[in-house]
Amino acid sequence: MIRTALAALLLTTAVPATAQTIAIINGKVATGDGSGPVEGGIVVIRDGRVVAAGPRVRIPGGAQVIDAAGKWVTPGIVAGFSRLGLADVDLGAGGADDTQASSGPFSAAIDVSTAINPNYTPVEVNRSDGVTRAVVAPAAPRSIFAGQGAIIDTGADLYPITKARAFQFVELGEAGAGKAGGSRPSAHVLFRNALREAAELRRYAEPVRSGGGLEPQDWRLRTVITNPNEARVYRPDARRSEDVLLTRFDAAALVPVLQGAQPLLVHVERASDILEVIGLKREFPSLKLVIVGGSEGWLVASEIARSGIPVIASAVNDLPASFEQLAATQSNVGRMAAAGVKVAIGTINDDETRHVFRERQYAGNLVALSNVPGATGVTWGEALRLITSAPAEALGLGGEIGSLAPGRRADVVIWSGDPLDPRNAAERVFIDGVEQPLDNHQTRLLDRYRHLPRRALPEAYRH
Amino acid sequence: MRAFAVAATAAIAVAAAGCAANTPPKKAAPVVRVDEDPFPSTYVAYPGVPTLIRNVTIFDGEGGRIDNGWISFADGQVTGLGAGPQDAPAGTNVIDGSGKFVTPGIIDVHSHLGDYPSPGVESLSDGNEATSPVRPEVWAEHSVWPQDPGFSRALINGGVTTLQILPGSANLFGGRSAVLKNVPARTAQGMKFPGAPYGLKMACGENPKRVYGSKGSIPGTRMGNIALTRATWIKAQAYKRKWDKYYGNGGDMPERDLAMDTLMGVLDGKILIHNHCYRADEMANMIDVSKEFGYKITAFHHAVEAYKIADLLAANGICAAMWADWYGFKMEAYDGVQENIPLVHNAGPGACAIVHSDDPNGIQRLNQEAAKALADGQRAGIPNLSEAIAWQWLSANPAKALGIFDKTGSLAPGKMADVVLWNADPFSIYSRPERVWIDGALMYDANDPKRRPVSDFELGQPGEGDVK
Repeated sequence: MIRTALAALLLTTAVPATAQTIAIINGKVATGDGSGPVEGGIVVIRDGRVVAAGPRVRIPGGAQVIDAAGKWVTPGIVAGFSRLGLADVDLGAGGADDTQASSGPFSAAIDVSTAINPNYTPVEVNRSDGVTRAVVAPAAPRSIFAGQGAIIDTGADLYPITKARAFQFVELGEAGAGKAGGSRPSAHVLFRNALREAAELRRYAEPVRSGGGLEPQDWRLRTVITNPNEARVYRPDARRSEDVLLTRFDAAALVPVLQGAQPLLVHVERASDILEVIGLKREFPSLKLVIVGGSEGWLVASEIARSGIPVIASAVNDLPASFEQLAATQSNVGRMAAAGVKVAIGTINDDETRHVFRERQYAGNLVALSNVPGATGVTWGEALRLITSAPAEALGLGGEIGSLAPGRRADVVIWSGDPLDPRNAAERVFIDGVEQPLDNHQTRLLDRYRHLPRRALPEAYRH
Repeated sequence: MRAFAVAATAAIAVAAAGCAANTPPKKAAPVVRVDEDPFPSTYVAYPGVPTLIRNVTIFDGEGGRIDNGWISFADGQVTGLGAGPQDAPAGTNVIDGSGKFVTPGIIDVHSHLGDYPSPGVESLSDGNEATSPVRPEVWAEHSVWPQDPGFSRALINGGVTTLQILPGSANLFGGRSAVLKNVPARTAQGMKFPGAPYGLKMACGENPKRVYGSKGSIPGTRMGNIALTRATWIKAQAYKRKWDKYYGNGGDMPERDLAMDTLMGVLDGKILIHNHCYRADEMANMIDVSKEFGYKITAFHHAVEAYKIADLLAANGICAAMWADWYGFKMEAYDGVQENIPLVHNAGPGACAIVHSDDPNGIQRLNQEAAKALADGQRAGIPNLSEAIAWQWLSANPAKALGIFDKTGSLAPGKMADVVLWNADPFSIYSRPERVWIDGALMYDANDPKRRPVSDFELGQPGEGDVK
């Protein structure tokens, strides 16, 4: 209750009602496109979008000017794979975790956009650390299909969804084998059967959206495809074979995957599993595949590059943590990038409900590898790209978020210094051009307990 | 030599003298001392060459910084360090440290390498004897798999030279710890830090009550945690009385109890308490329990709310081993703040902050965790912080908490030459270990693939001997 009240207060006081024209000047600017930082750059944003960014940019009259001398300016961090906003607490706190429904009846039909809570502390903590957007995936319940993920912003308002049902997520490695009853072949049969059931159902799909009428041209108004959670989009006579394994909703949810209208994020780590995913592309050419994890990707980097499949990779895995990660090395991302793979950084099975702010630290580590003999790192500009525009592009949103190119959503962070060195902090954060509050549960606790000596009233009165 | 043999001889001598002075000699059986070191360290340092690193920046681990300095070591020990130029005797390996940094090796007081190794499969999961909440009889060293590839990552990427392997936190009394040199060996004994005292892992809070409450047995609540902990110490006191009497007066040797042996070692001050505890109120409870039964808590581990009672911890001389920014993964971690480490550090005389990992990945980046904590503390305006001061969190303070600060944990003449040469300022994200020496032996050299350990498990596997 207090938290809700606080959020409401922030909405009405700290956040301007409408975005305005802002010029951030004198900063060290990096745009997120892979290029390095430029001294004395200017970033102009207007009506929630980037107008221009670079060394020679005209400052519009009437713009609010922010002097960022001595600071760094970049696009906000895009968490390439996360469960941000789905849980406040991960363990032993009933009601505060919506990452997976382990005893629910549905799988592919699950839609996390209905569960994102922007008031959860992890959203606030990550916003305070310059994470402005996140790819949010459900965790697989009893099926290999986890359901449909969303792209969110971390803004201090109750409207977090950038794109609902932005992708389907499936486990096809060790975890998938477990969900499928204990083996990878079982997971692959389940996968193909699911696509078969979706194909059968597709024949009955109406070419209209659930509310009626044709799909609008503007993608933001589109529901990706017809909303697969709406049974109405399938004609009541939609018949199915008798040997189906999926619920009708789950099968319907896979229709857009089959059509290539919705990306399919596939979690695999092992080199041979990665090749199987590449094989799926030949078997089902319409699939829009994205690999998640990919710890052994460097072993098959040229094959991945040829396939054109993007990889949202775990950045610094270097342990044989499982039998599907025996060849893990921190040079994985650098080697894949060098081979031409479209790489981005994400965090799967890595405290991804709350610690996605580690991505900039991980990216910095990949830069550090460039100074280790025999290791393959990335340049600073490439490292920033891995946590900004690269994940956006992997999800097909490169034209919208993740860079300071003109027309992109104005997610901008002013940092105290080099953002890839985690000693530096986000000092000002803009999402859709709106400046965000950076206080949170943790900063309030610091204020309360910064000085411990007893005072006239208990600590509970310090607020 | 094994300490017990000497002690046994002395005890027999005392007993014999007492007999002679008072009563006519009866045929009393001589007092037999229990062997307190039945799995002795077989670690032997590897050979090194006399080395001088000069033109280098040094953090000595005790708060000192030397710019443009030098450090020398030979025969396994630090032989000197200072500022300015330094000549080397013939036969010395001289390294130009321009642009580079030297620190003591990092010491992690909270690791599960070997007892929760990679790969993390059921067959190798040996960290929690979760069959009873009171298991002080188990010893972590008997779970340590020396072939865990994680040891090598901690060395080459993390600069970790010493680490304490703890049992997990399912139990109120989890068992004894093992302090290891991060030097590969065929056996756990071959890694054991010679002369390091044992630790005992204790736990409070959510884990014990969850594990046993779900089985329908005590503890199912926090009050159950404390009750069973106290009841166990009452037994340990009775056990100690029996043995004190025996060692003092002779007579029939009491029946040994492995669990109680460990607890008696704590009450005797020989075994150090490492107490997993998150919440401030629970740490206060555990401090009172320790006073009730007359033992000392050496360190609280995790201690996510240590900042709320930093004054209490300092007043009692208790260290807190912490993460830089973990929070919220369970309720007792809900109030994590990023300034926890510097706030604990800043609590005045007796304060002791430690950066710990509890994680096979985090142990590779403890310097980065210290860097974040330092930066957060400085931003919050906490006074008297610096990189040199903060390195205490990584070496001197953990060494003190392990009872080995007389041997390692800082760079001082006569101490073990556990030394890391970093290719840049280790508080920068862009820094990595270039070379690591343990007892003066070069155990890692970034420029020499032959100076990079590869565990048995990784031989013949994809990526064998890779840079990792």
